[in-house]
Amino acid sequence: MSSPYEKLPGWVEYVLIPLINLTVAFLVAGLVVLIVGQSPIKAASLLVQGAFGYGEGLGFTLYYATNFIFTGLAVSVAFHCGLFNIGGEGQAYIGGLGVALVCLWLDGIFPWYLTFLVAVTASALFGAAWAFIPGYLQAKRGSHVVITTIMFNFIASSLMVYMLVEVIKPLGSMAPQTRTFLEGGQLPRLDWLLAMFGFDIGGAPFNLSFIVALVAAFFVWVLIWRTRLGYEIRTMGASPTAARYAGIKDARIIIITMLISGGLAGMMALNPIMGDQHRLQLDFVAGAGFVGIAVALMGRSHPVGIIPAAILFGVLYQGGAEISFEMPEISRDMITIIQGLVILFAGALENMFRPALVAFFATMRGAGNPSEVSTSGE
Amino acid sequence: MDDLAIELKGIDKSFGAVHANKNINLAVRKGTIHGIIGENGAGKSTMMSILYGFYQADRGDIMVNGSKVIIRDPNVAIASGIGMVHQHFMLVDNFTVLENVMLGAEENAILNRGITNARAELKRLEKEYALDVDADAVIEELPVGLQQRVEILKALYRSAEILILDEPTGVLTPAEADHLFRILRQLRDQGKTIILITHKLREIMAITDEVSVMRRGEIVATRETAKTSVEELAELMVGRRVLLQVEKGDANPADVKLAVTNLTVRDGRGVVMVDNVSLDVRAGEIVGIAGVAGNGQSELLEAITGIRRAESGTVLLDGEAIGATGEADPALLRKRGLAHVPEDRHHMGLVLSFEENENAILGYHDDPEYLNGPMLNLENIRKAAQRSVEKYDIRPPDVRLKTANFSGGNQQKIVLAREMERDPIVLIIGQPTRGVDVGAIEFIHKRIIEMRDAGKAILLVSVELDEIRSLSDRILVMFAGRVVGERTPEATEGELGLLMAGVEEDQEAAQ
Repeated sequence: MSSPYEKLPGWVEYVLIPLINLTVAFLVAGLVVLIVGQSPIKAASLLVQGAFGYGEGLGFTLYYATNFIFTGLAVSVAFHCGLFNIGGEGQAYIGGLGVALVCLWLDGIFPWYLTFLVAVTASALFGAAWAFIPGYLQAKRGSHVVITTIMFNFIASSLMVYMLVEVIKPLGSMAPQTRTFLEGGQLPRLDWLLAMFGFDIGGAPFNLSFIVALVAAFFVWVLIWRTRLGYEIRTMGASPTAARYAGIKDARIIIITMLISGGLAGMMALNPIMGDQHRLQLDFVAGAGFVGIAVALMGRSHPVGIIPAAILFGVLYQGGAEISFEMPEISRDMITIIQGLVILFAGALENMFRPALVAFFATMRGAGNPSEVSTSGE
Repeated sequence: MDDLAIELKGIDKSFGAVHANKNINLAVRKGTIHGIIGENGAGKSTMMSILYGFYQADRGDIMVNGSKVIIRDPNVAIASGIGMVHQHFMLVDNFTVLENVMLGAEENAILNRGITNARAELKRLEKEYALDVDADAVIEELPVGLQQRVEILKALYRSAEILILDEPTGVLTPAEADHLFRILRQLRDQGKTIILITHKLREIMAITDEVSVMRRGEIVATRETAKTSVEELAELMVGRRVLLQVEKGDANPADVKLAVTNLTVRDGRGVVMVDNVSLDVRAGEIVGIAGVAGNGQSELLEAITGIRRAESGTVLLDGEAIGATGEADPALLRKRGLAHVPEDRHHMGLVLSFEENENAILGYHDDPEYLNGPMLNLENIRKAAQRSVEKYDIRPPDVRLKTANFSGGNQQKIVLAREMERDPIVLIIGQPTRGVDVGAIEFIHKRIIEMRDAGKAILLVSVELDEIRSLSDRILVMFAGRVVGERTPEATEGELGLLMAGVEEDQEAAQ
């Protein structure tokens, strides 16, 4: 009786509710398109066509999704500990510095796969280092991570401008970016993977980072649900008093969680830097850190939810670009509005349709079976 | 039928798959005190919440004074003359009594005239019902008993003819409870109707005219109090015969296993909560700490178990200091043989969103049996959980079930199984049966006695005086952070009640 909301079958909880939320988000978005005098149906078909309809579009969709898987995982790991890490943006940005330094150093010496191993490590270390200070301040001083991580986003941004303008820009260049990496600093594209399904990815930068993202997702699942550390993280997140009672060292767990979260955010930098641009540019993160928050919310902080949620946002990015290209009346900002609606319905209002569904399934099931309860999913 | 104050006809209410109220038919006669008794989760609170407009019934009608009323929200209930005194008071702590009473009934945007009128009305009510309270006292400075009186005044101020009291004596000393009962009788004699929700059989017998028993969402019986007995009511509540008296032999106290000396603990605001407390617990005895909630018992337990840092004093566990003022560590203390059943199982003893088996290792998750290097050994964890589920008859016996979905009694059994099954030297138990149904209470008490007979040193804290008296071999009474007296279990309730109210504190220096 204490928690009457927790009695829904798993498929309703994890499939039906997100689908309903998504449908409503698109219906409202359609209204917005209608208000500016455009055809929502045309926009919708462009969105789908642009994201899935041809090899290059699909390649871009998955390329964007790769970014969001990393940042979504970063946010979710912190969520499990009850921490709201909104510093993914800054952590990814600094992670990029790690990737770039490794590539600049090793790209003429090592083949790509050796550079890659060092770069993965560096991206995670740099991202983790950027999350360490907020984590430490939260654990030891009680400074709220929401405040400190947001401030660290700004610091990261300024620091990177300084680095790119003053330190790692090649002499004589006008652009605030590093030199282009040699082949030893470029990740192979995964054109063969989509070719197996008969798609030609054309110029899309879909690359090995996607596989790294999937491995990271598996690693997060193991960490959270199968290790002692994950158990302690979840205990902290669900009930800090129970954690203290159990003798779990809260400061230690907070710092470790922030390190892991920052490391995952940092690894996102692999994808655009080593996989696509082959150089470090200003603002390469482009909001992926914040999209990670929506992805984690929508994916219920579970890797199995985060991957489809990340792909959905990849669709919105890629399909949205297609819409604004084909329908100039719908500007980039309109696309942002649509993305905002998805976040609103899927994240912030995720429980809006819950009571109605609970009532519906209660009547469906009939009154006779009050003892039936669903076990919690993992 | 015009003498019925409240009549519920066929009330039905489900929350998801939980059928909280099934076809409830209840008739409360005007000018009586009507008791509603039932175990936790029997549906008492749901029924009253429907009557007060917090929930809507799925089916059924509510009649107030013979006419049908649709109670959409509490405002409708108040307008129909129904007032409610909640278990957790709904008062603004830093407002005065007067401000609290008129809150939500201020008459005007400008308070001037409203205050004058409210003061006059409050005076009249105080006189009429002999409910003395200082209208200008600030709530947080009043003792709990008086705060409750303000709640009653609030209801009367809104012209309530029917008063619902939800577990009103949980926070009161025996003397305060007696006083409350006198007030309730007087209200009844002046024509008010009172519905008293409680799980304490003694209160039902002491004060009600009629009593309805709820079990699993249904009203299983309504009796005239004078024509029933505690035994019959208990049986109706649980659905089978229950043993109300704990059977235990004499204690055989041996060596001191837990020694607390001059322990002082402050809370977060710097207020002294435990004041120079010393006590010993020997192997094979149960030392009970009686006292009204909030007199330092919680802080004492937390300091002994290493959860809260003490300011000064020492705690020896089996002869060795635990570092209570510094490095005490709950995880380490567990390894040294200190088991702790915390007072608040929802926030401390369990993580409600976890599966049963995950809670079965809380605090013991460092045990190599449950680990494979850094990984959890899920197979061993679930096997161990399965064993304790069987041994402690935890229902449903599903170790993968989310803990929030177990009843209060079964949740408590999960905690007890975890803490008792590891052969501790000292067992600290806070509120072993709070929110636990009668059937499980019997089981839990039996297990505690068994632990004592197996030679464990047990320190027991409970706000239920009956429980302290029936389980303990020695009783310490805490008041305002100090141990104000020690008694044998033969001490009368009156004697303990006086100590709990701090009356004898001057004659009785701590120990």
